[in-house]
Amino acid sequence: MADVDRIPIIRMGEFLLVSIQVDMHDRLAMTLQDDLTGAIVRHRAHGVLIDISSLEIVDSFIGRMLANIAAMSRVLDAETIVVGMRPAVAITLVELGMSLSGVRTALTVERAMDTLRQAVKSGTRAGRADAADPD
Amino acid sequence: MPLIRTDKLPVASDSDVVNVRQRVRALAVEAGFSLVDQTKVVTAASELARNTVVHGRGGVVDLELLVEGPRRGVRLTFTDHGPGIPDVERALKDGYTTGGGLGLGLGGARRLSNEFELRSRPGEGTVVRIARWR
Repeated sequence: MADVDRIPIIRMGEFLLVSIQVDMHDRLAMTLQDDLTGAIVRHRAHGVLIDISSLEIVDSFIGRMLANIAAMSRVLDAETIVVGMRPAVAITLVELGMSLSGVRTALTVERAMDTLRQAVKSGTRAGRADAADPD
Repeated sequence: MPLIRTDKLPVASDSDVVNVRQRVRALAVEAGFSLVDQTKVVTAASELARNTVVHGRGGVVDLELLVEGPRRGVRLTFTDHGPGIPDVERALKDGYTTGGGLGLGLGGARRLSNEFELRSRPGEGTVVRIARWR
């Protein structure tokens, strides 16, 4: 089996885009987690979009990776959205006992981008208001 | 119960877990499972294969395609000779973990299967058998 050691992280302005195209083994998932947190800081990214539409299953390990990435990016001031989960995967994940609460999801990349832009916009506005308003 | 096909695979590494998932998928397709049922049995297999690697220090899985009257099923038996599970009841509870995971593996695999059987002896190893029917 051809082994892919890294999942590429693509920079799109202030966002990072990750598209998982391979059946991930556990080490690859751990590597992605590390690479992504590094990339958020390096690129000062405000949002991370993870496309999982190619994933045929999400088990507890991959689910935990997605939850970890969402939590870590939040601490680093970036919002994570998981995009394109297949219906069969969603059904199975809930039955497995994972609801992925704390992970934002979107059905399409367009909707995810909209949500990310809005999140960043309102975040920046709040930040500016605090800085500009002496009261 | 008539068997159509059997297979034995090693379960000792990360890439073995991926291989098990792919082979179980192929078997579920052959059994005529719906996409949701395929996904459930593959996900259960992934959890149990990981347990075999992480907790059982590696082992094997027997894959069987079964026929019983009009129905077809997939049966998977994961066997390891690791340290075993001292408290099976506790290990089946969601949230109980010794491996640093979420503790959803065993309980989750049981929920995703139609049949579930676990035998374990401390010091001798663990056998987990699941079946899912179309």
